[in-house]
Amino acid sequence: MYRYDEFDERFVRDRVRQFRSQVERRLDGSLSDDEFKPLRLKNGLYLQLHAYMLRVAVPYGTLDSRQLRQLALIAEKYDKGYAHFTTRQNLQYNWPKLKDVPDILDLLADVEMHAIQTSGNCIRNVTSDQFAGVAKDEVEDPRVTAELIRQWSSLHPEFVWLPRKFKIAVTGAEHDRAAIKVHDIGIRILRHAETNEVGYEIVVGGGLGRTPMIGKVVRSFLPKAELLAYLEAILRVYNAEGRRDNKFKARVKILVHETGEEEFRARVEAEYAKLNGPTVNAPEGEVERIAAYFAPPAYETLPERSQALETARASDPALDRFVEQNGFAHKVPGYIALTVSLKGIGEVPGDMTDAQMRAFADIAERYSKDELRVTHSQNLVLPHVKQDDVPEVFAALKANGLATANAGLITDIIACPGLDYCALATAKSIPIAQAISKTFADDDRQREIGELPIKISGCINACGHHHVGAIGILGLEKSGVENYQITVGGDASENAALGERVGPGIDADQVPGAVEALVSVYLRERQGSERFVDTVRRAGLDPFKAGFQAFVSGAGQEAAE
Amino acid sequence: MAEAKVNKKGPKFPVILVANDLLDGEVVFAAKDGGWTPEPGKAAVADDADAAAELEARGQAEFKANRIVDPYLVEVRIAENGMPVATHFREALRQKGPTVHPDMGKQAEYDVPA
Repeated sequence: MYRYDEFDERFVRDRVRQFRSQVERRLDGSLSDDEFKPLRLKNGLYLQLHAYMLRVAVPYGTLDSRQLRQLALIAEKYDKGYAHFTTRQNLQYNWPKLKDVPDILDLLADVEMHAIQTSGNCIRNVTSDQFAGVAKDEVEDPRVTAELIRQWSSLHPEFVWLPRKFKIAVTGAEHDRAAIKVHDIGIRILRHAETNEVGYEIVVGGGLGRTPMIGKVVRSFLPKAELLAYLEAILRVYNAEGRRDNKFKARVKILVHETGEEEFRARVEAEYAKLNGPTVNAPEGEVERIAAYFAPPAYETLPERSQALETARASDPALDRFVEQNGFAHKVPGYIALTVSLKGIGEVPGDMTDAQMRAFADIAERYSKDELRVTHSQNLVLPHVKQDDVPEVFAALKANGLATANAGLITDIIACPGLDYCALATAKSIPIAQAISKTFADDDRQREIGELPIKISGCINACGHHHVGAIGILGLEKSGVENYQITVGGDASENAALGERVGPGIDADQVPGAVEALVSVYLRERQGSERFVDTVRRAGLDPFKAGFQAFVSGAGQEAAE
Repeated sequence: MAEAKVNKKGPKFPVILVANDLLDGEVVFAAKDGGWTPEPGKAAVADDADAAAELEARGQAEFKANRIVDPYLVEVRIAENGMPVATHFREALRQKGPTVHPDMGKQAEYDVPA
């Protein structure tokens, strides 16, 4: 894992001291609310519906056990005994007090963490594949690139006041688990078709929110050494030309869309040609220094499959099911990566108690080379588990309520905090997730339905990624009540697609029934091993619209009777 | 902070004044006996434009004095037990706390509107 150098350490400590002084000045009245607000936002501190909320950066979703224990301590001491993992692989505290925040930031700095650039119109936390470094289909560990971008983008003097927030994701694998096509910039590490050289495909202008867009490829192959200068060119074009007159049209996706893909590409290339690349790009030695931190841990030489695990699976159906559903093939023989679901039936997606965090830190330390990952679907990953150890890991997870075997299934739901916490929300989203989860609680049924990512947002800003859910749910306010729009066919992967509406908005209590109706259509129409999203693509929207409409009419009739 | 839309012609009475305490972020209400209260049941209720203006002036003064932030009026109805209950679901939720955590927020500490 990356470790802070002396510059990182000093920079973070300085920022804590600075923020402590800003809080003091706010409290004694020398800073007004208008002056203080941008300062607190630059340090990840929001004011939400019930309280302040502090968003802590987890660069590319990688943590060690020491860090997780510290996060648990903060949850226990300064919050209400829990924290929430987000779709940016970050962590949020829902109840911190302003007067405590400088102390919290100091505790974070003790474990090389902070909340800088987790808010505001700057380059946000760089996200990545949760299986970075262990996936079999990977060209290269994307975290080296993500860390390089983190260093380049942290307090970059030119890009601290962009037209709007800016999100970058990196994947090194063929199968995109980092949703790069719906980011402001998405980066895919790939090999050149002819030369086999490793480089980058650069995608710009994707995004969700009120105007969802799939990103466009602006460079199909960028030599690795040129990355930062090329990103700088993109950011310069955006910084100069992105709209600042209308917040809703300020993201780079609008600029790309309004300028046109070809013209935008030409402007980036023109800007790039003017840049003095060598002064911007990272020196080779620095890249090597960073890469060394991500060198694989010391693995044992083991057979491809563990006999001990096979035997244990044969006699324990729950373990067998857990490995089948939550296990992920590791590139090293004898190892496995495990997704640890934070989506127990009826639970709040992404929430974890301080006790669970501590227990999980112990498990990661003992069984996963002291490392864990946060996924953008609000789950955790143990990236380096010896297959021989899986029965023990499963038992330890189970003892802490962390062994739900539903990774990728219909109850593995992404939900934004929604109206239960968020000041911007127009409707609740967590209770909708809980109701769907309870409706589909049966393990066999979930397995029969298969991969079906449901994503729920409580407002048009789409923090719950509803546009790219196989089933997407958007909560809005309509005539003074909460109303939910349902889409199908969204996909966040390399085959990125935006979901389409199946009909008019419905009431909250109708949502689980509507999902049931859509699932019935899928099970009826499914051919072979098609996933839900495949069936929508092949069969089209009509059968789903019809199933939805029949449900809505039936529900209306029932209400009338 | 976004707030539930108050009617463009002005709010329907009665109203209460809600804000966040600057220091700890907690939702507070302008209290009947002056000052601020975290208890929804102790909120001062304004039945007409003059009383509402008085509440707003209090909010602005306290905002300038760095005691609270984001003060605004919230439309309520008076429940049978005399408690002011926000008529909009967002504000009603704010009077209680997260629905997904009945053990947290005002609902865990005070009498809250049903």
